[in-house]
Amino acid sequence: MKSFTNVNPKDPQEAAALLKKAIEKGQTASLAGGGSDLLGMIKDDLVGPDVVVNLKGLSALREIESHSQGVRIGGLVTLEELSQHPLIRSQYTVLAEAAGTVATPQIRNVGTVAGNICQRPWCWYFRQGFPCFKHGGDRCYSVVGQNQLHAIFGGGPSFIVHPSDTAPALMALEARFRIVGPHGERVVPASEFFILPREDVSRENVLEPDEVLVEIELPPAVQNGRSTYVKIMDREAWTHAVLSVAMALEINDGVCRKARVVLGAVAPIPWRLPNVERILVGQRITADLAGDAGRAAVSRAQPLAKNGYKIPLTEALVRRTLLSLAG
Amino acid sequence: MTYTIRLNVNGKEHTVEVPSRRLLIDCLRYDLGLTGTKEGCSVGVCGACTVLMDGKPISSCLALALFADGKEIVTVEGLAREDRLDRVQQAFIDYGGFQCGICTPGMVVTAKALLDENPDPSVDEIKEWMMGNLCRCTGYYKVIESIQGAARRKRQAGDSDEGL
Repeated sequence: MKSFTNVNPKDPQEAAALLKKAIEKGQTASLAGGGSDLLGMIKDDLVGPDVVVNLKGLSALREIESHSQGVRIGGLVTLEELSQHPLIRSQYTVLAEAAGTVATPQIRNVGTVAGNICQRPWCWYFRQGFPCFKHGGDRCYSVVGQNQLHAIFGGGPSFIVHPSDTAPALMALEARFRIVGPHGERVVPASEFFILPREDVSRENVLEPDEVLVEIELPPAVQNGRSTYVKIMDREAWTHAVLSVAMALEINDGVCRKARVVLGAVAPIPWRLPNVERILVGQRITADLAGDAGRAAVSRAQPLAKNGYKIPLTEALVRRTLLSLAG
Repeated sequence: MTYTIRLNVNGKEHTVEVPSRRLLIDCLRYDLGLTGTKEGCSVGVCGACTVLMDGKPISSCLALALFADGKEIVTVEGLAREDRLDRVQQAFIDYGGFQCGICTPGMVVTAKALLDENPDPSVDEIKEWMMGNLCRCTGYYKVIESIQGAARRKRQAGDSDEGL
């Protein structure tokens, strides 16, 4: 494991400035919130930063704050805090449930929400250091290799799946991400934050190397809103999703007024299904309608050689989650 | 680069010089000589290296010592008082909560944190809390019985509890 210089900025602006300065000096720089994913990658020699910008001193980013326009969640809030927070559990259930499914309690006590959103892919080729697109190489080894856990939507040229549990939940809640860079800040909707490999194969989101995801803004909770996160794993606990769905519905007098359906672990980004949402809006959620929604969810899937099982699994997950949430 | 960090470990203040890449588990074991904490998988999967940081279980193999600067750490060595074992440790002995023992220090400190937060956990709550602690001998039922036993004794001790 390579040695590095640790720097402790006092605020996000200073963190961005330190990143920029390191990059201008030709150094590689990494951000650390909880540091779990970064340290794992450093230990495996997948990254070797010269400078680690350590965010531990940014206590202002550890708060969850409710206000008239919604809720602000600091990027350094841990996954455990998020999953246990009373307001998040009651009003933004999908997010609390998603945060509570990540890894182990040991990791949730350290891992932050911003880190979970920005974690690198868990493709086995990427994590084993194969010279793939994500490491600056010229191919995706999963295409003709072991692709059981890879993308059925939005793949190419890389077929990674986005590993975050909280990201689909935040997209279903129409969250917005506040980003601080060396020249100021910008706010990006969750729906525009993640980018497909065909746009830029080297990264999973719009963050520039000198930018920091500092805060998540949730809109006000809707009346008659209900939401849930369901995660399918190849064992009962403590692993990444084989498939997941984040669903948020607004149901008035038995009729669905609004729907957000986002799949996890099926595409290089959290995969929203607007065609399914259109089927649901204005309708009573019956078994027939849920069946239609399940079929629509997979109508555009393009499986690789070994991940075709995700198609019936997705169809069933969308149908069942819809019925249990509406019931 | 080396850095000077301050750690409160098992109630005792330490000032340690560490290289940037020093893992918390290595700092505890090699710099402070606290070899009770074991390293299993080294990638945050197995929970053998669990210690409490500010009261919460964390994987010390997946934390840099630098990141623990200023924190309170409790390792398995911090549970007993002189020659009297903590109630969780005693229950693991009495209920046969270990086989080869490599996962035990992590199991015991994780269970300690559970009972501090929830004195009467259900079996499901125990399983949920302990999911990050793997036992390769697969002695999970005895672990659950040990934690239930410790919880029962703690409740029976009631107000006269001395905290052990």
